Amino acid sequence: MTTDAVLLSRVQFAATIGFHILWPAYTIGVSGFIVILSMLWLRTRKPIYRDLLRFWIRLFALGFAMGVVSGIVISYEIGTNWSSFAERTANVIGPFFTYEALTAFFLEAGFVGVMLFGLDRVGPRLHFVACLMVAVGSVISAFWILAANSWMQTPAGFSEADGKFQIASWRAAIFSPSFPYRYAHMVIAAYIAGAFVVIGVSGFYLWQRRHIEIGRTGLSIALWMSLVLVPLQLVVGDLHGRNTLRYQPIKVAAMEGDWDTRHGQPMVLFAWPDEAAERNEYAVEVPRLGSLILTHDWNGEVEGLKAAPPTERPPVPYIFFAFRLMVGFWIVMFAITVAGAFLRWRGRLYDSRWFSIACAVSSPLPFLAILSGWTVTEVGRQPYVVYGHLRTADAVSPVATSAVTGSLGLFVTVYAFLLLAFFVYATKTILRGPENHEPAERPAAVRPGVDSAPARRPAE
Amino acid sequence: MAFYLPLVLGLAVAFSIVMYVVADGFDLGVGVLFPFAPSDADRDVMMNSVAPFWDGNETWLVLGGTLLIAAFPLAYATLLPAFYVPLVVMLLALIFRGVAFEYRFRASRFRRFWDWAFSGGSALAGFCQGLVLGAFIDGIRVGDGAFLGGPLDFLTGFAVVCGLGLVAGYALLGATWLIFKTAGTSNAYGRAAARLTLPATLLFIAIVSVWTPAAHHHIAQRWFSWPNLAFLWPVPLITAIVAYGVWRAVAGPHEARPFILSIALFLLCFLGLAVSLWPYAIPYVATLWQAASSEATLTFVGIGTMVILPIILSYLGYAYWTFRGKVEPGAGYGS
Repeated sequence: MTTDAVLLSRVQFAATIGFHILWPAYTIGVSGFIVILSMLWLRTRKPIYRDLLRFWIRLFALGFAMGVVSGIVISYEIGTNWSSFAERTANVIGPFFTYEALTAFFLEAGFVGVMLFGLDRVGPRLHFVACLMVAVGSVISAFWILAANSWMQTPAGFSEADGKFQIASWRAAIFSPSFPYRYAHMVIAAYIAGAFVVIGVSGFYLWQRRHIEIGRTGLSIALWMSLVLVPLQLVVGDLHGRNTLRYQPIKVAAMEGDWDTRHGQPMVLFAWPDEAAERNEYAVEVPRLGSLILTHDWNGEVEGLKAAPPTERPPVPYIFFAFRLMVGFWIVMFAITVAGAFLRWRGRLYDSRWFSIACAVSSPLPFLAILSGWTVTEVGRQPYVVYGHLRTADAVSPVATSAVTGSLGLFVTVYAFLLLAFFVYATKTILRGPENHEPAERPAAVRPGVDSAPARRPAE
Repeated sequence: MAFYLPLVLGLAVAFSIVMYVVADGFDLGVGVLFPFAPSDADRDVMMNSVAPFWDGNETWLVLGGTLLIAAFPLAYATLLPAFYVPLVVMLLALIFRGVAFEYRFRASRFRRFWDWAFSGGSALAGFCQGLVLGAFIDGIRVGDGAFLGGPLDFLTGFAVVCGLGLVAGYALLGATWLIFKTAGTSNAYGRAAARLTLPATLLFIAIVSVWTPAAHHHIAQRWFSWPNLAFLWPVPLITAIVAYGVWRAVAGPHEARPFILSIALFLLCFLGLAVSLWPYAIPYVATLWQAASSEATLTFVGIGTMVILPIILSYLGYAYWTFRGKVEPGAGYGS
């Protein structure tokens, strides 16, 4: 296969999966928030929770549809563009994808109809079950897909014969060394994403002084979520990083911008990594801090990029900068979370105008952090697709470069358009806001939105 | 074990494809019929009749694909690159018609655009699936365990006929679904559409049924040699009887029967296809056994599928039960 076809397939996969990952993160996070709302509505029967529930299910539906359609693309793209990878690894990770469809996708798809359209049909208790199933399904989906990804990063439980991977232990392959950390890191990231979507919309309402009650309640719940999750992500991220240091030290060296192996590695705050010269330009460093963070020891030895020959190294600048972006986005989210906790303590959470504005614009942060983080871990795996065992260049399909060029152009155009459409209709939904109504007060035909299914049976 | 495992997994793949074609078939078919509906109110009802189900229906496509990669990786890795162009176009078409469910009801200025995204996407996705089916029956150029042909190899007269045939068949399923699930003008439209799409579907079934054995000698042998003929001659006869049954049911007062019999028509076509292509996973190149993954992998996937599929079918059944009866105007989406 030509270099062009490899590069084009890589760009296409990066674009399509980078676009896709936004929606599972949104779906996992917002469905988690919806389960909380559904539970609150079930237990307290306060109308505010039902209004919030209906409103957030509407916003959830927008993102869920995007996740479904962009996800189907991925399941076929592995065959259309990476058939060699598919054939060689299918004995090991093929079943992970099947199990994802069996245990997760059907659960989500089967219950999402009831979640979206069934509140007035099945009553709040069964509706809660439907919301819970969708939320659980989304997390099970993440389990299998991250098992597959982690196996590609830290392969285990297999043997190799005739250029194919054969399974030796399912347990070892599913729970590969990096899996628990990666799974926890991603699921927490998704819940943070959900929390910040809610923080953004609620902040917007408080800033604009509309739907105040919806804004307050939403902001309050979401800030409690972020107060738990954002600091927790620091701990899990640290564990994940130390796991990577053990199994993929060169990736960590690229993240840190460390060229030489040494004790007491400094922490590079900023630099311009020069791959040709194998050194950093304009470096701003804190002595020994790198070793302290990675090994929890001032004098710990940390491997540098030069430990691997240049052909075995990933492209350093992408990883180096993406890692800094991810951490940077986390710092901003942490600041908002802490400021929120402080304002809550002072009793000014809902009246502080600057904080409402900060919340309103904060929603993209977790998604940008997720994209940065995935760039770190996926580019960091290069030049391998199965780390240490199968090179990316040997994994592509025998397809014509022209066909990949065409499909890449189409995907990028369509996805850009879809993103625009999502923002337009999400904005429209947010501007219209939640509608406060009792089912009995209006005739069914004119009730707007997804919640307009006429009551077949009265709500329990 | 070594004999039965690929067989069982082959049946699982076939089951997923049948479920997909029937389930997404009717909601894609509703999309195909969408632009010709009598009024916007009918279009709202049509879309709402499939809104709670469409993503469950599409999940069968994902299950089929993931079963193929796990159980028959050689087929997955050979066929998907061969059908690169129609598959990519199908995926893009499914994207447009899928998000149209969410966006159409929120749009005001661009509602017409999403109408066309829904109907155009549905028709194009069905057409591409038919193209893939036709190219699959025609067989692909393979050497050294990989696809050797060019990106437009799939495009033959036969494939185009299969594409049009599948769109007509989906439209028939969609029309009879409307008879089953809607009332009033939408129901009447469903009956009118079924009276057009049934003859069209039968015409394409006839063309493909003649063309396939004419173009492939061994398929002709499979059907017309003795003693196969003795077992197989009822298949076309039963198909004709079922087709007549659909026609009668559409004319009569029946609500569910046209839909059920249309599904039976699809199942019979599928049976005919299975007879023609057995035992190949990649037609005329590799059998189910040659394309299968390792025994350990097949066992792992097989057990999971056998255990979990009944559970899935039960809660999908529950979802359909929840939304039983005719769709009322204003139910589901609507503004």
